[in-house]
Amino acid sequence: MRLSPDELIFWQFGFVQLNATIVFTWLLMAVLVLGSALVTRRLADGEVRSPWQNLLEIVVTTIAQQIADIGLAQPQKYLPFLGTLFLFVAASSLSSIVPMFEPPTGSLSTTVALAICVFVAVPLYGIEARGVGGYLKSYIEPTFIMLPFNIISEVSRTLALAVRLFGNMMSGAMIVGILISITPLLFPIIMTALGLLTGMVQAYIFSILAAVYIAAATSKPQTTKPSAPERPVAA
Amino acid sequence: MDYLGLIAIVSIAVAGITTGFGTMGPAFAEGRAVSTALTALAQQPDASPTITRTLFVGLAMIESTAIYCFVVSMILIFANPFWNYAVAAAVAQAAG
Repeated sequence: MRLSPDELIFWQFGFVQLNATIVFTWLLMAVLVLGSALVTRRLADGEVRSPWQNLLEIVVTTIAQQIADIGLAQPQKYLPFLGTLFLFVAASSLSSIVPMFEPPTGSLSTTVALAICVFVAVPLYGIEARGVGGYLKSYIEPTFIMLPFNIISEVSRTLALAVRLFGNMMSGAMIVGILISITPLLFPIIMTALGLLTGMVQAYIFSILAAVYIAAATSKPQTTKPSAPERPVAA
Repeated sequence: MDYLGLIAIVSIAVAGITTGFGTMGPAFAEGRAVSTALTALAQQPDASPTITRTLFVGLAMIESTAIYCFVVSMILIFANPFWNYAVAAAVAQAAG
């Protein structure tokens, strides 16, 4: 039984491997980039527009609205990063309908890479919004004793992001694999549908948590506002 | 009892116990979270988007502890380093 698409190797040269994870990631990237390029070739801003452009506009404005609801001041600035996170994970889990396709997020390599992107992006956005001194001061925010705990929570919530996404995707694929050997027709279909639902929820959770971490890092310390977001702790 | 059998017994037993305990705690916690969210929704239906979104985020955080236990069980069963090492040592000893 295969734990992840990492173990299916197409080509190897020394220690450089071309495994199924990389190939499926390239496929996803090609589909997303080519699809968007084809749709946005001739953008119309009148009443008559193609249904694909409508679809893309709905997706982009919904993501921007969700980011604004979190409390981020300028959603347009964070929309490329957070939108890409959501679209990649959502496309990866939606494409599991396609036969012979294994979602690349079912491999720990992909999810750790995405979590490291968030881990690097949070201080970058925080320093850009508050300056180096202001961002570093947030680590000793309630009292000075909280400094090691804040650092540990930074690292552990990144790890939690990676393992949460990996575990959900891998468990969906593995349950279907086990059920196929027990009751071939009915239950694997139901579990695949459930896997689609959890995949979309996990995509939403990943991008919303990234948005919450960025919002916590870029929020100016308020003196009178009661609902200032404090540093969230990983589960 | 030889080491190979001991490793196998302990790995399988602990994998089962891990999954058993790992699904009980989050189930209780998620039940409480959903019931509180439903109460809040019944009291303030127009705050429904915020409550629903916060509920889903909270459920995912709770679920992630169950996922940790599941990952550990899978590692114990399918990618157990101690089992692989013991098997390799037994094969080398049988060959040599």
